[in-house]
Amino acid sequence: MQFVNNIKLLLEDGTEFQGKSFGFKKSVSGEVVFNTAMTGYPENLTDPSYKGQILVATYPLIGNYGVPEYSRENNLLKFFESENIHVSGLIIADYSFEYSHWNSYKSLATWLTENKIPGIYNIDTRALTKILREKGTMLGKIIFNDNDVPDYNPNNDNLVAQVSLSEKRIYGKGKYKVMLIDCGVKNNIIRCLLARDTTVIRVPWNYNISGEEYDGLLLSNGPGDPKKYTETIENIKKAFVIGKPVFGICLGNQLMALASGADTYKLKYGHRSHNQPVLKIGTNRCYITSQNHGFATDVSTLTNEWEPLFINVNDNTNEGIRHKTKPFFSSQFHPEASSGPTDTEFLFDEFIELIKQWKTK
Amino acid sequence: MENKIKKILVLGSGALKIGEAGEFDYSGSQALKALREEGIQTILLNPNIATVQTSEGIADKIYFLPVNVYFAEQVIKKEKPDGILLSFGGQTALNCGIELYKNKVLQKYNVEVLGTPVQSVIDTEDRQLFVNKLAEINIKVPRSIAVTNIEDAEKAAQSLGFPIIIRSAFTLGGQGSGFCSSMDELKPAVQKAFSFSNQILVEESLKGWKEIEYEVVRDKYDNCITVCNMENFDPLGIHTGESIVVAPSQTLTNREYYKLRELSIKVIRHIGIVGECNIQYALDPQSEDYRVIEVNARLSRSSALASKATGYPLAFVAAKLALGYGLYELKNSVTKTTTACFEPALDYIVCKIPRWDLNKFIGVSKELGSSMKSVGEVMAIGRSFEEVIQKGLRMIGEGMHGFTGNSDLEFEDIDEALTHPTDTRIFAIAAALEKGYSIDRIHELTRIDKWFLVKLKNIIEVKNELSTYDTIDYLPRELFRKAKETGFSDFQIARFVLKSPKEKIEEDLLEVREKRKLINLVPYIKQIDTLAGEYPAITNYLYLTYNGTEHDIKAEKDRKSVLVFGSGAYRIGSSVEFDWCCVNSLNAIKESGYRSVMINYNPETVSTDYDICDRLYFDELSFERVMDIIDFENPKGVIVSMGGQIPNILAMRLHKQNVNILGTSPVSIDNAEDRYKFSMMLDKLGIDQPVWKELTDSSDIFNFVDKVGFPLLIRPSYVLSGASMNVVSNQHELEHFLSLAIKVSKQYPVVVSEFIVNAKEIEMDAVACNGEVIAYAMSEHIEFAGVHSGDATMVFPAQKIYFETIRRIKKITRQVAKELNISGPFNIQFLARDNKIKVIECNLRASRSFPFVSKVLKVNLIHLATRVMLGEKVAPPEKSSFELDYVGIKAPQFSFSRLHKADPVLGVDMASTGEVGCIGEDFYETLLKSMLSVGYTIPEKNILLSTGPIESKAELLDSIRLLVKNNFTIYATKGTKDFLEKNGITSIFLHWPDDERKPNTLDYIKERKIDLVINIPKDMTKQELANDYLIRRSSIDFNIPLITNTRLAKAFIMAFCLIMKEDISIKSWDEY
Repeated sequence: MQFVNNIKLLLEDGTEFQGKSFGFKKSVSGEVVFNTAMTGYPENLTDPSYKGQILVATYPLIGNYGVPEYSRENNLLKFFESENIHVSGLIIADYSFEYSHWNSYKSLATWLTENKIPGIYNIDTRALTKILREKGTMLGKIIFNDNDVPDYNPNNDNLVAQVSLSEKRIYGKGKYKVMLIDCGVKNNIIRCLLARDTTVIRVPWNYNISGEEYDGLLLSNGPGDPKKYTETIENIKKAFVIGKPVFGICLGNQLMALASGADTYKLKYGHRSHNQPVLKIGTNRCYITSQNHGFATDVSTLTNEWEPLFINVNDNTNEGIRHKTKPFFSSQFHPEASSGPTDTEFLFDEFIELIKQWKTK
Repeated sequence: MENKIKKILVLGSGALKIGEAGEFDYSGSQALKALREEGIQTILLNPNIATVQTSEGIADKIYFLPVNVYFAEQVIKKEKPDGILLSFGGQTALNCGIELYKNKVLQKYNVEVLGTPVQSVIDTEDRQLFVNKLAEINIKVPRSIAVTNIEDAEKAAQSLGFPIIIRSAFTLGGQGSGFCSSMDELKPAVQKAFSFSNQILVEESLKGWKEIEYEVVRDKYDNCITVCNMENFDPLGIHTGESIVVAPSQTLTNREYYKLRELSIKVIRHIGIVGECNIQYALDPQSEDYRVIEVNARLSRSSALASKATGYPLAFVAAKLALGYGLYELKNSVTKTTTACFEPALDYIVCKIPRWDLNKFIGVSKELGSSMKSVGEVMAIGRSFEEVIQKGLRMIGEGMHGFTGNSDLEFEDIDEALTHPTDTRIFAIAAALEKGYSIDRIHELTRIDKWFLVKLKNIIEVKNELSTYDTIDYLPRELFRKAKETGFSDFQIARFVLKSPKEKIEEDLLEVREKRKLINLVPYIKQIDTLAGEYPAITNYLYLTYNGTEHDIKAEKDRKSVLVFGSGAYRIGSSVEFDWCCVNSLNAIKESGYRSVMINYNPETVSTDYDICDRLYFDELSFERVMDIIDFENPKGVIVSMGGQIPNILAMRLHKQNVNILGTSPVSIDNAEDRYKFSMMLDKLGIDQPVWKELTDSSDIFNFVDKVGFPLLIRPSYVLSGASMNVVSNQHELEHFLSLAIKVSKQYPVVVSEFIVNAKEIEMDAVACNGEVIAYAMSEHIEFAGVHSGDATMVFPAQKIYFETIRRIKKITRQVAKELNISGPFNIQFLARDNKIKVIECNLRASRSFPFVSKVLKVNLIHLATRVMLGEKVAPPEKSSFELDYVGIKAPQFSFSRLHKADPVLGVDMASTGEVGCIGEDFYETLLKSMLSVGYTIPEKNILLSTGPIESKAELLDSIRLLVKNNFTIYATKGTKDFLEKNGITSIFLHWPDDERKPNTLDYIKERKIDLVINIPKDMTKQELANDYLIRRSSIDFNIPLITNTRLAKAFIMAFCLIMKEDISIKSWDEY
């Protein structure tokens, strides 16, 4: 029996949770956030939007189906959302030391250890989640063997620069050329594009797109406070002038809002789950969406040329905007899912449709 | 919301039966609640009088009439509803609805079907239509060929290759289906399937694939959500109703989970469901390949489970969607702030385990397969799989202590027990792990996913570690905690650490409890909030876990809560009637200004709806767990008399811990439960009882036989539904039975008593206050004593007993109430012959018949009893049963057709799974209503008689004359034919089944030339038994009404000869 008791989570407000270690044995510091998804830890842990964050899984049983192999398809890891684990630490209730799945290759513990990511189990993650819900997202540390580490607030850093790629890379040979600004893009966004007859030109977060040849621009998801990424915002403003279709996802949505002249703000504890209901404004259609964000667009600051496109039915926060006349639109949620529900993948079709229309103009 | 619909008819599901049980009381009640909220007038057709939905204040009008097309039309004709809901009453309601649609009854009376259109329902019910429909959108289904005759079935089997599965269309939960691995097995399976439906399916077998279910909801705007997914612990091949099921799925990756979800939504859209449906998948354990097994376009057992598992009120929402609401327009009823258009996120795991009662049936096969045999289920909630499986196995209530520590279970051949699953397979896995079987080996034999097996192995490992200690003091806290986290009870810990012998375990588990509390190792109370803590929720839906470090709720310190203990898993002898009692008790508690707190763990109940009480603890009813809750709640008191025997037997143990048991003192309860004490009391009061003796060794009993003679009734002292109670008529049977009986209850000895033949059985349901009877209801059984009271047809008010008898019974009731100083509900059963009255049983709790008599009398005895127990001054009701100018009859529902090979004969052990209660103008009209409600049909022409011993032959003579007079054709077996001839009645002779000669009874039954079989069991000779058994069993298998009791046969014949179906009055409850 494994009794490793020398690990704990210490929150900014002084709350301590004693647990047991199942990952890499070290101390880390970061922002503590919770996710209520019941599946998808290999996808979530490799989602670059989690950069700098210590992730709490509210679903208690984790590790059940192990971790798949690092196989590649279209030069992307087939079963993961990026090349690396991006969370700083993982906090769960009940770890499955033995896993079982035809597609599993190693255990979650092994994977975390190999990637030098600490993991704690035997934590009352519901109690922890309630604290984060009441007091808001806060900083915290995983402390192993009483080795304290300095506090770290990831929001002070340019996280996008840490997760974006360093030079332009091209995927696929499709008919439509999509320029993808990588602020920490999830692989499934690229997969969703490639499935729609596109060539994806993936460029770094601060890449100057002026003069580049493309049919449509996709602004990816990513970590951190959107206001930090002024270079990207400036580039988006240029793209607005060019006028070709633009589609923003998650951080991309916030950047688009900022570029349009609207404001963004930090949510108390964000949306991180697979069950966020999103209504398309002006219709009766409500979609279940996958989300992972801590910031949102302040819809009251939208300029006259823009309008809200989606709204969250639970808390009425904005879930996407569009330009009233031009082919620019965005979603705060993840139409590419992975992990999560696939209801809104049709947004990629709509994006391609806008490109087609643009091209025939 | 605009709505032209003002009045809606809701079809109920009738009596509880295997495959269609309490879950439809839950779904119907929720639907009615949703409609009422909209100001819509509701009409309910449901003869199940013991349900909550057929109570005052739920529907506006209730018809206790059969749920079939004839009666539904009559009700429609009379009530002229604008709309009808078909999907809340199980397969019974759905089938009735399809027929109403096909016969154009709905069209004729201009009744709109709300929710899913009937054509969509037909598209899911007719296999070929279903397969075609799914093929249109490229959804895979098992390769399957629909056939209508045996030859085509054989051809189909050849083309698919064995093994194959046979299913019949349009049936309840897999009725008439089975696996075949060769041509030899094919024929009988096909024949049987054809007896249920004229279309059957021959399908590829996917044995060993994972079985996954989704509950899907769609509104009229095409918004879709999947509320819950579930994974069967047992792989495909075992009916989902027979499987251990967890929610959410545990072994599916995100890709698999969302792939199947996406397919679910695609299917539901294409079929055009509006409301709720269930979709079942087979998933290849080696790839992402899948098949859609079936779609149930209605609320189902799984949807009830999903509702309880997630806190999402599926039936309520489905009813609102049927009215035209969009999902996002409805609120999440747990948070009250967020929308109903979402998918619940669980931060716990639930485990459902079926409850079987196969031991109650003679000859039944215990092997589990593709058709359902379980009679109930439990749901355990926790934060680890080990915790929920151990909790769940205790909840099942068959004396199990969890996954391990069940000393009475032994397996002769573990491999066999693993390969051929029976109701005890989970314990065979425990035995295999104990014996050192590897996970791979167990997986090979069971095909159960290794993830589950590893978790089970963890439990055994903790057990082994516990066993290395001998005292609680030396048990390391870490291990103690680990044991509790993995679901070990104090009992198990006492057994493994203290090695407690049976006689000391009670004491020892208290020691474990004390020491555990001393080191502050207690369970934490968590809320089920549908959003995994993301949004604040003031929810009262609670469970306890050791996998946590803080309570979600605060203890109220005002001592104003009253705890009601529920009835646990539905099983033979304890089902929806006790749930009705609990719910009504909760209502009374609330009305009296106390906080009502419910403890129960049955997902098929209304009492586990979180809006029915102030706090719902969805958890164990074990001594340990209720004490944990009592420690936290510090209540005013607890009520143990509503949930049947499970809470009742806790009374004394709680009393010893100084828990305030409301109402009758636990000492009195014990005095009534302990036969010895009870008998002494009766002797003291000068009340007669059958001669009896407590048995401690076998020489005693033989002396007793010498004195009293046969037949004898044998039973253990604490019983419910006559578990292992039996009548023996000779030495051989006696010896055989004793060997079995002693196994049942270890703490209490066996009692033998004289068995009185041809005696009437009379039941008294009453409420007393401080020993004074304040209300009572006296009913009589149609059958003579010897048929278990739960299987008997019961008439209230009693119609055919002497005034003298009534007077004496009332007097005895008063004496008993006084002597035991009863405050609360109680029930006494009497035998009466020639005005001689004997008491046979007394329960100081609500009985099975409380809802029936309360509703017929229109006096809520439970409400009254609860107020008494709360210490209120209660005036006796003004009404008495003598003033009723109508009759109520309660009739049992049997599920023998589900129980392959079981002998459908009635005895002192209860066999019925449900009941109906009807109200009518007179005895015969009411009897006919109630018999039709449990599935009997009025015979058209041909009746087969084999009327048993000479006494019953003689007794039935007049009835048979009546049949002849009414132009029925009588078929008879040898003895009956001869007897009838001597008495001048012509009948057509049929040979016994074991006789090769024609015309043969079996052929006539198989060819369905017979409309009614009356078979009265004769004696116990082997040949006679075999023949009678074959007649009875094939009547069941070929779906021909069967009566095995002389008195009931007489009454039924009289009823259908006197009254035409058209003469049956169509009156709602309030019209009587």
